[in-house]
Amino acid sequence: MLTHLPVLVVLAPLLAAPVAALMRGAFAPWVVATLVSWFSFVCSLLLLAQVSDQGVIVYSMGGWEAPWGIEYRIDFANALLLVLITGLASIVMPYARLSVRHEIGDERSPMFYAAMLLLVLGLCGMTATGDAFNIFVFLEISSLATYTLLAMGKDRRALTSSFSYLVMGTIGGTFYLIGVGFLYVMTGTLNIADLAERLPALSDSATVRTGFAFIVTGICLKLALFPLHLWLPNAYTFAPSAVTALLGATATKVAVYILVRMVFTVFGVEFSFVTIPLSDVLVPLAIVGLLSASSVSIMQPNVKRMLAYSSVAQISYIILGIGMGTAMGLTAALLHVFNHGVMKAALFMALGAVSYRMGGTDLKHMNGLARTMPLTFWAFVIGGLSLIGVPLTVGFVSKWHLILAAMELGWWPVVVVILVGSILAVIYIGRVVEAGFFKEPEDSTRREAPAGLLIPLWILVIANIWLGIDTRLTVDIAEAAAAQLMAGGVVR
Amino acid sequence: MTISDLMFPPAFIMILGALLVPLVRSSIRPIVLVAIPALTLLMIWNLDDGVLLTARFLGYEIELVEASNVRRLFATIFASMCMIGGLFAFKHAKVAELSAAMAYAAGAVGVSFAGDLITLFLFWEFMALFSTVVVWCGGTEAARRAGIRYGVMHLIGGIILKIGIEGVAVETGSIQIAAMQLESFASWMILVGILINAAAPPVSAWLSDAYPEASPTGSVFLSAFTTKTAVLALWLLFPGQSVLIWIGLYMIFYGIIFALMENDMRRILAYSIVNQVGFMVVGVGIGTELALNGVAAHAFAHIIYKALLLMSAGAVMVQTGKRKCTDLGGLYRTMPVTAVCGIIGALAISAFPYTSGFISKSMISQGAAYGEMAFVWYCLVAASAGVFLHAGIKFPWFVFFQKDSGMRPKDPSWNMQAAMIIFAAACVIIGVFPHLLYRFLPFAVDYVPYTADHLVSQLQLLLFAGLAFFVTLPLMKRTMTISLDVDFFYRKLAPKLWRGFERLLVKLADLARVLILDPARHLPAWWMRFHGPEGPLARTWPTGSMLLWVSIILVVLLVGARIL
Repeated sequence: MLTHLPVLVVLAPLLAAPVAALMRGAFAPWVVATLVSWFSFVCSLLLLAQVSDQGVIVYSMGGWEAPWGIEYRIDFANALLLVLITGLASIVMPYARLSVRHEIGDERSPMFYAAMLLLVLGLCGMTATGDAFNIFVFLEISSLATYTLLAMGKDRRALTSSFSYLVMGTIGGTFYLIGVGFLYVMTGTLNIADLAERLPALSDSATVRTGFAFIVTGICLKLALFPLHLWLPNAYTFAPSAVTALLGATATKVAVYILVRMVFTVFGVEFSFVTIPLSDVLVPLAIVGLLSASSVSIMQPNVKRMLAYSSVAQISYIILGIGMGTAMGLTAALLHVFNHGVMKAALFMALGAVSYRMGGTDLKHMNGLARTMPLTFWAFVIGGLSLIGVPLTVGFVSKWHLILAAMELGWWPVVVVILVGSILAVIYIGRVVEAGFFKEPEDSTRREAPAGLLIPLWILVIANIWLGIDTRLTVDIAEAAAAQLMAGGVVR
Repeated sequence: MTISDLMFPPAFIMILGALLVPLVRSSIRPIVLVAIPALTLLMIWNLDDGVLLTARFLGYEIELVEASNVRRLFATIFASMCMIGGLFAFKHAKVAELSAAMAYAAGAVGVSFAGDLITLFLFWEFMALFSTVVVWCGGTEAARRAGIRYGVMHLIGGIILKIGIEGVAVETGSIQIAAMQLESFASWMILVGILINAAAPPVSAWLSDAYPEASPTGSVFLSAFTTKTAVLALWLLFPGQSVLIWIGLYMIFYGIIFALMENDMRRILAYSIVNQVGFMVVGVGIGTELALNGVAAHAFAHIIYKALLLMSAGAVMVQTGKRKCTDLGGLYRTMPVTAVCGIIGALAISAFPYTSGFISKSMISQGAAYGEMAFVWYCLVAASAGVFLHAGIKFPWFVFFQKDSGMRPKDPSWNMQAAMIIFAAACVIIGVFPHLLYRFLPFAVDYVPYTADHLVSQLQLLLFAGLAFFVTLPLMKRTMTISLDVDFFYRKLAPKLWRGFERLLVKLADLARVLILDPARHLPAWWMRFHGPEGPLARTWPTGSMLLWVSIILVVLLVGARIL
């Protein structure tokens, strides 16, 4: 069974999704979704262990060798991503039970869990596959699931936000597909390993460059690079809490992974950063996005929307790391992909708990939270500290590496920008903490969120601290992954 | 028995204790508050010298525990401070404050044993976090605001320190804590980051701003840790950097002048912390073995007597609810224990013979004398007189004697009295038997404090300073107004020169305002108009606008490739 791990991660949610959809009531589909997430998580952990033991794993689907069949190819980068996706799914699914009953209702629960499983399936598939067209297929699966989930929000604006993301997301997907088409025309293959082998000889070709431009633009839309982030704030704000937690932590991260895979593996560092001035496009956009989105966060009256803008800012940090085009920068970016997932999911889950008890996520709902919901409040505080980058949280680890990478290049203004970003984060998180700590609640009776929400939330909060102290897992793997990616091409 | 193979750093005991404090019943809490630091002390004193515990963090091999004489000395006083402070505080302080204070002390102990810059930074930030909570536990609106200002200042200090550490890591590849030269930008950043915590100019004001706003018990804890860990960091990283002498001298006189003008008794003591830390910074700047010994001894002695002074001030506050010198007075009759302990603390800070201050501070000024720094020596001696004026006489005189304020408060509860008596006894014992402290100093001591010459000169100095105080008492009394600084200080010192200078400053400030500040003030508003909830960058844009951006980026990528 161990040799089939790469496909099991993807297959389990694929098979479980229709089962969940056909079930009745809320409980049974929830059990299925939770168990399947846990199963996938275990598979991902085993995969990661296998990769660090044996190196890159190649799995040919159905026994068909690569040029004819589809192959799955797992190295450090996507093994780490798989752990992130399935790990967060394993925490969000248990959390979803109460949250979904409250926000969506039992009637539509089977559909909800089926869509969640399809989302996990799509994200895992994009990550695991070694085929450029297969990525598109899974991208569409995850996107369709996302549109469904977004539309389930109880606010009626959820529908319009879902529709507008549908339009924008489709444009992104189409751009990616057009780009892949260009590459197929030039190389005659869709397999990533083969593409990486054949493209260097064609780097003068205008078609390849056009393909590159289409692919990067399309993916940047999916990963919400400023100013292509316009779909994100509404989508996150109006979606159900559990959806926001999973989506905010993983969906854009997988798009980042695809960008990294395309830029570093398929096209290679040489082509992406020398032939095409990718740094000159990504770095300025990341800097502006970082400052602008953080500033928007400061003034937002709705905390969920504030965190949505903060996600745009945090993605800018990741893009900044990628835009540096060095091993150190890439390490920082991969670290932040993982770490931001862990912290943002914790924050969104804490907000979900607030919304469960207080009926909303406006700043006024936070008043006096330290007294009315102390455990939820402190979870939010720790998540916030992590977002700011306080030592002994995961946020510190990735910011440390990002600053190190900028210093290595001598980019002092960028160092300043990163620090200004941290200070802006202090302000927007500080606003919420101040409201929770010092303001008087309307009704000061203690009504902590139920254990069903608190336990998953605190597992994630502890992960924020644990992974901030024990950096062996994240830092060492991110460094190894960056080294593999920087070597360019495909490690055979 | 000594421990050479550690499982965990000593600070972890106290972190665990900090978690335990809110969980145990209130009847057991005092036992926890005393036992945990005692356990920590036991561990501290059983540590071998050298690197004892390493871990892998951020791709570096960090040294969580590295013991040496000076580190052990600082850790000892930090843990003892936590213990006696806990004893003093447990009846009055909020549980959150007790817990945060123990975590804060744990950070200080952690910094003491940090073997590399990253570990230092981790515990450094830990301290910043929990000290902010201690300030907040003052519970008033003023404490909330002061806490925010305090937190922001330490956040900025932490960022500067972090940049410096990362810069050094990139430049040299080493994160070891060892004496370094100020030759690169990064090492300057480290120095600045540490100096911010030492309340050095130009940011000395954070200390006197925040500490007096904490609760009566909170300021006792605050007085001990932040500035003294900064002194230790300077001691380890920048011994003998002459720039520190001038920074220290500035701090010494800044503290004296502002303390003389102040009316709030805890603010007087806060300014005098800046002043005393100034002595230590000067000592590090001198950098000879004698001076460095003096710094270690003075930090040790200072934590005890400053905590003692703040305890007596806190006791007065708890019993009377008043904090201004003008509202207090004549309390010695009804609060004899507090008064006596306060006076012992005041004598110690003034370096009165047979108190701890006498045997520690003189080592630093002797260091200046042996180092042939005559000007520094004169300044230090003059400053000693100044210390006696503001802390040695002014504080006890206005609080316990002077006029009768009409209040008849009792001495505080037994635990507060016990804590004060322990620290007062420590001040005297160290003063009478200096070798008790000297044998633990980092370098061998052949310095003898009790010579006839030293005794006589110090007594003379104190006598004349005391005389000056009572002669100028009418001036001193006007401390309820701020005009004191103009009357007493500036006008007598070359008034015309000063006014000319002032006018120049005003002109320059005007110019700066017109050219820089006025446009700059509108900048945030302008920036925020774009980013506010209704601003263009926060609005929900039509789907089509995104298409525009998509095509722009596509074109840039396509055309950019063509141009190159």
